[in-house]
Amino acid sequence: MSQIAGSKSSLNWIVQISVAALVLLWLFPTIGLFVSSFRTADQISGSGWWKAMFASEQVLQMRAADPDDFRVEEGGVFVVRGNLFEEGDEATLTVWGTSSRDPSANAPGDTFDMGDGESMQVAANGDYVWSGSADQMTGRGQRVFITVTSPPEFTFDNYRTVLVSGSTTDSMTKAFFNTLTVTIPATIIPIVIAAFAAYALAWMDFPGRALLIAAVVGLLVVPLQLALIPLLKLHLGIGIGKGYLGVWLAHTGFGLPLAIYLLRNYMVGLPRDIIENAKVDGATDFQIFTKIILPLSFPALASFAIFQFLWTWNDLLVAKVFLIDATGETTVMTNQIVELLGTRGGNWEILATAAFVSIAVPLAVFFMMQKYLVRGLLAGSVK
Amino acid sequence: MHPALQGLITIIVGVGGCVGYFYFSNMFLDKVVFPAKGKNIGRNINRANIVRPWLFLFPALFALGLYLAYPVVETLRLSLTERETLPDGTSVFNWVGLDNYRQMFGESKFWEAMGNNMLWLLFVPAAATAFGLLAAQLTDRIKWGNLAKSLIFMPMAISFVGAAVIFKLVYDARPLGQEQIGILNALYLQLGGDSPIVWLTVPFWNNFFLMAVLVWIQTGFAMVILSAAIRGIPEETIEAAVIDGAGPFQIFFKIKVPQIMGTIVVVWTTITLVVLKIFDIVFAMTNGQWETQVLANYMFDKLFRANDWGVGSASAIVIMLLVSPILIWNVYNARKEMR
Repeated sequence: MSQIAGSKSSLNWIVQISVAALVLLWLFPTIGLFVSSFRTADQISGSGWWKAMFASEQVLQMRAADPDDFRVEEGGVFVVRGNLFEEGDEATLTVWGTSSRDPSANAPGDTFDMGDGESMQVAANGDYVWSGSADQMTGRGQRVFITVTSPPEFTFDNYRTVLVSGSTTDSMTKAFFNTLTVTIPATIIPIVIAAFAAYALAWMDFPGRALLIAAVVGLLVVPLQLALIPLLKLHLGIGIGKGYLGVWLAHTGFGLPLAIYLLRNYMVGLPRDIIENAKVDGATDFQIFTKIILPLSFPALASFAIFQFLWTWNDLLVAKVFLIDATGETTVMTNQIVELLGTRGGNWEILATAAFVSIAVPLAVFFMMQKYLVRGLLAGSVK
Repeated sequence: MHPALQGLITIIVGVGGCVGYFYFSNMFLDKVVFPAKGKNIGRNINRANIVRPWLFLFPALFALGLYLAYPVVETLRLSLTERETLPDGTSVFNWVGLDNYRQMFGESKFWEAMGNNMLWLLFVPAAATAFGLLAAQLTDRIKWGNLAKSLIFMPMAISFVGAAVIFKLVYDARPLGQEQIGILNALYLQLGGDSPIVWLTVPFWNNFFLMAVLVWIQTGFAMVILSAAIRGIPEETIEAAVIDGAGPFQIFFKIKVPQIMGTIVVVWTTITLVVLKIFDIVFAMTNGQWETQVLANYMFDKLFRANDWGVGSASAIVIMLLVSPILIWNVYNARKEMR
């Protein structure tokens, strides 16, 4: 069947190419940041990251040695010899020139006549011979513009700065552990609470059940913006203040509707026979739930766990309102990055690396557990 | 103490407390309050079964009520009051009626935020759904479709803040004469632009540069859902169309799209909900400068910079009002389904 619709091979090619273009378009921004995090500050501001894979060409301005100190007389003319590069700096120049207007006028080995008998010769390895009359060979050394190609170069220095240097402004280590401390309980607690509630809503009989389910569906879309002030006021009022407990509770509250909704929908679909057999055998609801329902619901639990993990890990607003106090001891990574954007907006090497450290964990989770994420999305939105 | 150890201990306390509640409350119910033994065994078991649902539901109901239902009411109340700080440091809330709303409607920043939010509402769900549909259809029948899908889906895992950094690099502008490191300006100059443009400061159009970030993130979501819907289309309908001589475009627009219309609506409304609450992207990239303000960021500004809880709450209520048609629609559908 698929062959009928796609029988025109030219169309098939167009499809393949468009998909490739789409994928590239979607990948490009992220790759840019990823590549940048392995480059030094000079490299990042010197050339676009897309040039990082290739040897880069740079025009450098060099100066010959001071003629008053180094000139030697050879057969009526004064000569200064030397090497443009610093010692130990092995490089090869491709073109050179003595004027800023035309920095690529000469090939290596050429002798350039600068007029009135003054001349300059530069070899590929940077050796130069500069000669002229006594008047010409005085003052400052002759300027030489050279173009060098340096091979692509990548470094782990940025990651060292961000992860292990311990610098207070750039370090992400503390923020990383803080984020973990927020994320793990904020993922597990709502799952536990929601699983029990979902079981009750799916398999237990009590008055008001349908109403509760409708309420959960309604609460699914309540914007959390609404909750900020009242809850902050409440937390400050009952003494929780700003801290981990507050942020866990907030994430639990905000995550619960989706958790209950997903888990209930899944549990309702489990076969009735199993549960009734267990009841006949004398199992209590608590036993049925922990021994039968929970293990069977693993796919739904995993789906929600990934959602909630990604959401809490990537969250900025809830952490800013309920967690981060004036001391900044409990800062999380997203907040740290926003602060870096303010203070080090131009330092792309730090910014890119910090951002990548925070992106890396969710990306790893994403690629490992994509199956469950997709399943959860489908269960959560297609009705 | 090492931050990792400290974190571990707090985690154990938090999670342990939660699991402990369920375990011990059920134990308590079965062993102490209504023990399943003695002469009242039958009645006790029945009673325990009446109580147990509420035991299971209590933490969820408590959290939902306190963290979602109560704030709706409380925010409404706060939006009608003015906070006054007394000399001893405590604050009282004085009833001011609709003054906060009047003040908010008089601010040009609010109308700018409203206008921009409408722009976001029009553009982002449409663009993300369209790209998602395109990607879903194109990847449907090719061999490496799953790989392509998972790469387009990937931005879903990236935080809005991370995406903001990623796109700041894309939009970066350097003065003319320096090497451009932002790919957009590099391309622009390459294609004949005269001088680099600081994209995020161009009024009106900068909104679209911010929206592009959200479209980039949400397209994957739309694609995954729509792709499943396309897979679910009965083959016979397509076969019949092919036999009748329909071309690939006709098949797509006249056969496939109408059959997945329901899913398209769901995707559209889900992205609309995200758009209404959009905060992080604007906060991290422009913070509402250069006429890019949106409602959620306006509200954050009022709350934590201007410290004006009254107007902040009023703007939160505006967001709630914008969301409520979708809320009602969802509840209506859910109830219809359960019957």
